[in-house]
Amino acid sequence: MKWDEFFVTGEPMIYGAMVSIVVATLAIIIGLTYFKKWGYLWREWLTTVDHKRIGIMYIISALLMLFRGGVDGLLMRAQLAVPENGLLDGQHYNEIFTTHGVIMILFMAMPFVIGLMNVVVPLQIGARDVAFPRLNAVSFWLFFAGAMLFNISFVIGGSPDAGWTAYFPLASIEFSPTVGNNYYSIALQIAGIGTLMTGVNFIATILKMRAPGMTLMRMPMFTWSVLITCVIILFAFPVLTVALALMMFDRMFGSQFFTMANGGMDMLWANLFWVWGHPEVYIVILPAFGIYSEIISTFSRKNLYGYKSMVWSMIVISLLSFVVWAHHFYTMGHGVMVNGIFSITTMAIAIPTGVKIFNWLFTLHKGRIEFTTPMLYSLAFIPIFTIGGVTGVMLAMASADYQYHNTMFLVAHFHYVLIPGTVFAVIAGFYYWFPKLFGFRLNERQGKLAFWTIAISFNVTFLPLFFLGLKGMTRRMYTYSESTGFGPLNLIASIGSVGLAIGFILLVYNIYWSFRYAPRDTTGDPWNARTLEWSTHSPVPEYNFAVVPKVNGLDPFWEAKKGGPALYEDKIEEIHMPNNSGQPVILGIIFFFFGFFMVFSWWVPAIVAGIGVLVMLAVRSFERDHGRHIPVKEILETESRLRGEQV
Amino acid sequence: MKKLFPLHHVMGYLFSLVLSVVALSVVFWDMSPAVGMTILLVSATIQMGVQLFLFMHINEGGSKKALYTNIAYALFVGLVTVFGTLLTMIWGYK
Repeated sequence: MKWDEFFVTGEPMIYGAMVSIVVATLAIIIGLTYFKKWGYLWREWLTTVDHKRIGIMYIISALLMLFRGGVDGLLMRAQLAVPENGLLDGQHYNEIFTTHGVIMILFMAMPFVIGLMNVVVPLQIGARDVAFPRLNAVSFWLFFAGAMLFNISFVIGGSPDAGWTAYFPLASIEFSPTVGNNYYSIALQIAGIGTLMTGVNFIATILKMRAPGMTLMRMPMFTWSVLITCVIILFAFPVLTVALALMMFDRMFGSQFFTMANGGMDMLWANLFWVWGHPEVYIVILPAFGIYSEIISTFSRKNLYGYKSMVWSMIVISLLSFVVWAHHFYTMGHGVMVNGIFSITTMAIAIPTGVKIFNWLFTLHKGRIEFTTPMLYSLAFIPIFTIGGVTGVMLAMASADYQYHNTMFLVAHFHYVLIPGTVFAVIAGFYYWFPKLFGFRLNERQGKLAFWTIAISFNVTFLPLFFLGLKGMTRRMYTYSESTGFGPLNLIASIGSVGLAIGFILLVYNIYWSFRYAPRDTTGDPWNARTLEWSTHSPVPEYNFAVVPKVNGLDPFWEAKKGGPALYEDKIEEIHMPNNSGQPVILGIIFFFFGFFMVFSWWVPAIVAGIGVLVMLAVRSFERDHGRHIPVKEILETESRLRGEQV
Repeated sequence: MKKLFPLHHVMGYLFSLVLSVVALSVVFWDMSPAVGMTILLVSATIQMGVQLFLFMHINEGGSKKALYTNIAYALFVGLVTVFGTLLTMIWGYK
């Protein structure tokens, strides 16, 4: 292989990206060395098994990926802003919409949701960490290895270019001969292993580690949503694992699973992809429903309306999410019966979702509503998501879908579902739980400015796409002629996307400003909230709770504040905590190189790295690590320091 | 020492190897599709038992309700995936 095949060449923007990657890497290395932070980074972050720090690392990665995927989106909008634009060529545009989709779903939405899960769930159930802290670190580093592997594709070897759905036969070695789709199959596989482990870990945590007295039906709604999400992860991700493995075999070892000859079936890829892909939508949206439930209840100063129906609607959604996948390819040519069945199951999902929408509205009803930044995102979510939902029901009608299929109408629909559904939710959750992690709130005035910029620009960007779709503009077309008449609406959408970019810059500035100037909170409960995580100090000490809380009902902290039964009655005792370990990050690095060698089919180094993985597993199997104990004296000192007393 | 030896895991490992070889034989020996499918289905069923009993210790532990819910959910998803795929890709295809 020659060097000019190895590196992507011939694009000025790619050269710019290469230079900026080298500069940024050098800046980080020099900065860490100059400020002598290598030891701190290794001890406090890279080797940590603390669920809060792992959560923060997930969220930082997600924000970085939001930036990367956002730049992809901006480039797409810039290319489409005017007819016959020559900013990007067809190949480059294909790579950009592919990476935009993969990164936004798998490397932005998923880690942001998992990051919030990590931070919040153990605190909400009164636990001191997750069930398997070391495994949690492995999950993160595998996700990170997969994300980095996927991201280097655009400078080394070329990015995947067959869409985020990677449909066969387009994604086969015959029609996509570059290594791009090898990156797709292997990077997603590595990150997927991490996600599966997270699913196992959080199911075990929620089922086994709740504080005494917290029955299943007394769990906060966010914890419920995470439990159900993890069940979906556990049952949906194996399908993706198998599909990606078959894809890898087809592309690298000459098997014929998805080919059009020799008994292969190209449409089977689309089928398997969406058997995973549709539940995946609910994996990123159910935790969002949980976040909104917490925020709406807190800022309406009421308990959540219809708790039981909220739980049951999520369980029903989780089951229905597995029986609707064929609605993604109604036009593939199956008969009326198949399309009819999947139309009905799809429309049925609107029922439990509607139940949830009405429950939030009734929670707001007669509440003392406080318009904080997280609450604004939650309130904006309800109408915008409803537009997304209603257009979803339109798409669900199989016969009508022949008109909408693969048009900009569809693009507008899923952005209307996923942005208010997931992005607004994780930002709202970020604002809401931020003071718990760092001990101060993000500035409200700047936060609201960012909110309004984002919410308005979002509609300016994506509302025109509905009409473009109805006019006949298909998705994934990299240019169009002036006579189509698509120009003006596309220009409006592109202007909106600039507004979105400004909104996210305001959000980042808000974080930066608040780190420097925001007043510190000493109460631990800045929002006057209801659930257990607010009953401990902010920032949360590493052991979370000095004494394990006792729970007597829903919203135990709220009840305790209103003169109900006290949460903490026991004496402070020694606390048993897990030790940090460098093994997860090393395993992640080995997996990264294993994946990289596999992508280029460099077998000898790949086998060496594969043996490295097995050695790491063996080392862990024979390791004896019983953790450590924090003595009572140290706990008492930490507690009084966090209460703001002089020691 | 006898108590420490992971008998179930070793047995499960050996069974898995034998079952994989049996399944592989369908590819290497010439046989009718019906016989081949029968061998695959039988070995797959035994493999499932090995997984559930020898690796996942499904007959140990207290909470039976969570266990049955889990198995029911798994069966639901598995059957829907297999038969739904057959429906969309073969039976319902014009």
